[in-house]
This record gives sequence, C-alpha cells and structure tokens, in this order.
Amino acid sequence: MNPLALEFMQRALLAALCTGLAAPAVGTYLVQRRLALMGDGIGHTALTGVALGLLTGQAPVPAALLVATAGAVSIELVRERGRASADVALAMLFYGGIAGGVLLTGLAGGSAATLNTYLFGSLTTVSPADLVAVVSLSAVVLVLAVGLSRPLFAICQDEEYARVTGIPVRAYNLLIAVLAAVTVTLAMRTVGLLLVSALMVVPVATAQQLTRGFRTTLGMALLLGVGASLSGVVLSFYVDVAPGASIVVLAIGGFVLAWPFGLVLSRRRAGAAERARTEDDLLLGSPHVPAEAHAHAHGPACGHRPVPHEDHVDYVHDGHLHAAHEGHYDEH
Amino acid sequence: MTPTHPPPVLVRDATVALGGRPVLRGVDLTVGPGEVCALLGANGSGKSTLVRAVVRLVPLAHGAVELFGTPLRRFRDWHRVGYVPQRTGAASGVPATVAEVVASGRLARSRPFRALGSAERAAVDSALALVGLDDRAGDSVAHLSGGQQQRVLIARALAGEPDLLVLDEPTAGVDAASQDAFARALRTLVGLGRTILLVAHELGPLEPLVDHAVVLRDGRVVHDGTPPPAHAHHASPAHDHVHPHAAAESATPGWLR
Repeated sequence: MNPLALEFMQRALLAALCTGLAAPAVGTYLVQRRLALMGDGIGHTALTGVALGLLTGQAPVPAALLVATAGAVSIELVRERGRASADVALAMLFYGGIAGGVLLTGLAGGSAATLNTYLFGSLTTVSPADLVAVVSLSAVVLVLAVGLSRPLFAICQDEEYARVTGIPVRAYNLLIAVLAAVTVTLAMRTVGLLLVSALMVVPVATAQQLTRGFRTTLGMALLLGVGASLSGVVLSFYVDVAPGASIVVLAIGGFVLAWPFGLVLSRRRAGAAERARTEDDLLLGSPHVPAEAHAHAHGPACGHRPVPHEDHVDYVHDGHLHAAHEGHYDEH
Repeated sequence: MTPTHPPPVLVRDATVALGGRPVLRGVDLTVGPGEVCALLGANGSGKSTLVRAVVRLVPLAHGAVELFGTPLRRFRDWHRVGYVPQRTGAASGVPATVAEVVASGRLARSRPFRALGSAERAAVDSALALVGLDDRAGDSVAHLSGGQQQRVLIARALAGEPDLLVLDEPTAGVDAASQDAFARALRTLVGLGRTILLVAHELGPLEPLVDHAVVLRDGRVVHDGTPPPAHAHHASPAHDHVHPHAAAESATPGWLR
C-alpha cells in the first residue's frame, strides 16, 4: 500500500517537513549558547498546557503554546538572572511541568495512551486544523530564525559584545525563548514533547562535525532535520511505532555515520591551521614590504600625519603607514 | 577641548561595587579625541571594571559616564564604539568562520533582516587585513591559536569603523606574531585619529603610542598623566644602525623564536 495516498499520511508528512525545518533552526542557537537541553525543559512544561487543554475541553495546541511560552520565558529570565540557584529553579520547572501534565490528564479522565500521543508523536492525530497551525507557526519560526540570523548569532556567540553594539539583546534573548516554545508546540504531534529536543539538537550536532561556519551549519542542520523527520514518519508507518522514536533514532544514526568523516575532516583542518600558524609567525617576523612609488618625501610638511614608531616616524598614507628606509618607504 | 568636540570618554566620580565589594572608588577619567590612553595597574586594581563600566556592561553605583558628550543612559551611537573583551577564545558551541565573527562588528551599523552588503564585506576584509588574518577569513575560529583568536576579536571591533576603541587587555597571553600584528594595527588607528582606551598589564611595544597613562590601585587613580619615559635604547650613540624591524626584535628579546 502506498502510504502517500493516505490522507492522514500526507498530513503527517507535511507536519514532519515543517517540524524538521523549524526544530534545527531554533536548535542551532540553543546549541551555540550551550543550552541544548532547553528544548527538553520547554517540552516538559508544555505537557501541563496539553493537559490543561484536555481538562478544559479546549484544543490542546493553543493551551500548550501558551504554557510552553510562559515556561520558556521563565527559563530565560532565570538564566539571565545568573548562576547560583538557576539549576534548581529549572529542575523545579521541568519536573513540575511533567508532573502537572500527568496529574491534570488524570483529572480530565485521559489515559496514558492519550498522553503518549503527545509525548512521542502520532501519525494519525494530525488534524487539518493542527496542520494549519503547524504550517503557519513553522513559517514564522523559519523567517525569524533565518532572517535575524546575524543578531541572533552575535548574541549567542558573545552576549557581552552584542550588548556593546547597542542591539536589544534582552528582546532577542526572549525571542529565542519564544521561538523555542513555538517549535516545541508545533513539534509535539510529530516527534512529541519528550523527544522534540533531540530533533532540535542532533541535526546541529551532526552538521557541526562537518562544517566550519555558522551559516553552513544552520543550512546543513535544516536539511538533516527534514531528512530525519520525513524518513522517520515513513518508517513509523511501516513498523508501526510512534514517529518520535523513529525520527530520533534516524537522526542519531546520521550523527554516528557522520562521525568518522568529521574526525578525518577535523584532523586535516587542524593540520592546515597548524601550518598556517607557523607561516603567520614567519611572515610577521620579517615584514619588509616596500610601499608603492612615491611622488614626495614624507616629512613634517607633507600633510600626512606622522606617527612615532620605535626609533623612527611612520606617516599615514591612505589608511596605512609608511616608514622611510634607505631611499624608499616601507609599509608598516 | 571645545564644546563641538566633547571628549570621547568622560568618567566622573565612578563608584562600582561587584557582589557588595567596592571595586572602583570615585574614579575620574577623561580621554580626549585622538588620544591613546592606557589604563595600568595590578590584577584586581579595577582597570577592567572601569572599561566595562564605560561600555555599560557594569552598572555604576555612583558617578557618571559620558561617551562623546552624551550620558551613557541616553547614548545611542554605539556604532562609534568598538569593544574588545578580555577573552582567550572566540569559539562557541557551533562552529563559526573568522569572517562571520568579524561581521558581528557591523551589527551596530546594520538593520535586521538584511544580509551582508558589499560595503560591509569590504569593511570585514580590511579589518582582517589590518590584523594580518585576511587569508584566514573562511577558517573556523576554533582552529586558530589563542593569539589569532584575540586578533579576530580586535578585527571584529575594527570592522564597525569605530571612533573610539576600547580594549580590555588585548595583549595578555598572546603570541609574538599576534602582539606584533596588534601593535601595527594600533599604529594605523592612531594615524587615522581614532581614540583608544586600552587596559594593559604592561605596555611593551605599545609604549611609544601611548600619550596618556592612568594607573589604578585598589579602585583609585594613583597616576594620571604622561606615561613613564621610554628607554632611550636606540637613541644611544653606541647603538648601531639597524633595520627598523631588527630594532623591534632587539627591543623585545624573546619575541621571535
């Protein structure tokens, strides 16, 4: 039987495509600032939201979105405040979230099976209404995560430096938290709340074994995320397991496959870098660079600004420095 | 100092406490346009805290900071300020190329949702050339030596074409080639009339460039004026003529090995 002919499979695949793009896009920033487990924590808190939706008879997705966002923003605020008790505060939030979810689901009369579809994803439960939410939310996540990649990269790479450039660091930090919450919510139908963090982190970890730059890592992580999500959904159809499990196992399989390549690449690059370092030392040790031919002799009256340098005076010439040396000028 | 050219940095009676412990106690500092000012002092004297207060990374308990005549609270022209943090590495969780890190220096001059334009690329390239890393633009910063990573951070600050450059121990624990590259970059900036405020443990090869030295001890200014005179090593008649770069070598033995 062709799974693509089934309507629920078409919805599941489209949801997987969106999730596969959005999760690594946000995950790249989380990995960059070494917050790989943040998605996990948000997933735990989102569970309370799902249960609230079940209890009140509302759709679980909007409720999960609200609670996940509140959870993500609190995690970010705790992180920003500093170190001391942050660890414990985060643990409270994580386990409170999952315990609250189980408790409220029980009160609502839901079963463990209901909860499982949110924890590990489910092929058959992606309703057309869910799909609209997933597609539009993932579009927003992608546009912001890719379009704002320059300031977001700068903040995750060196937050203090980013502050001195005057960009609104706090607003961007909150944006990352909210994007993570949105991603967790839209991913819960596909990989599920317990495994969403893997889809945010593993493709990035695989990509960074092979890449040198941030943008290439981001791009490759998106491709790997989509690959794992789509093939995971198909595999889940044939072997009849929760799609979250097959997606994450495939993503980790990709990581393991990339590992030997990454090892070879990084050895080769480290060797090249070592050679370049030595070259660098040699070059800078004896820089005798004669300047271009000169129409005038530099002196107090030539209009170029003099700069004292050791035992002689350099002159600023079009943004670089000239020093007199045996009838010509050296670049200094 | 005329009203049209306010000092790039003005610190009045700055007091900073970190974790309840006073680190700066009533510090005054004025750095005039085009000046190269060095903040000197032992570890824990408060020199890093002072520059961090100047770039708003540390709040003042008392006193005031003005940049280019504007109180820090209302200062918005961050593109005029380049900052080099005290750091041994430029690497982070995800790989980043040298050019990507340096391009962050253009943030104050760019808008969200805009890709790097050709003018910005040119600024990144020339900043890298100034620190002697133009051939490493596509390499991962994690593969550079500590000194080269420090130069990447200096290039990042230079890429924004700032009027005021604030450097926190730019030469601490840096290899010979990087010290030399840094000294040359600084000379070029001095020549372009940029204002420089730098924290240093010792001046070394930067000494001839510095025209204003402030020494801190226990969070107080104990010296504010001209730096101590340079050793008249090369001016002595006994000193043979040497090539300028040979002179650099002999002035700092052990640099080039």
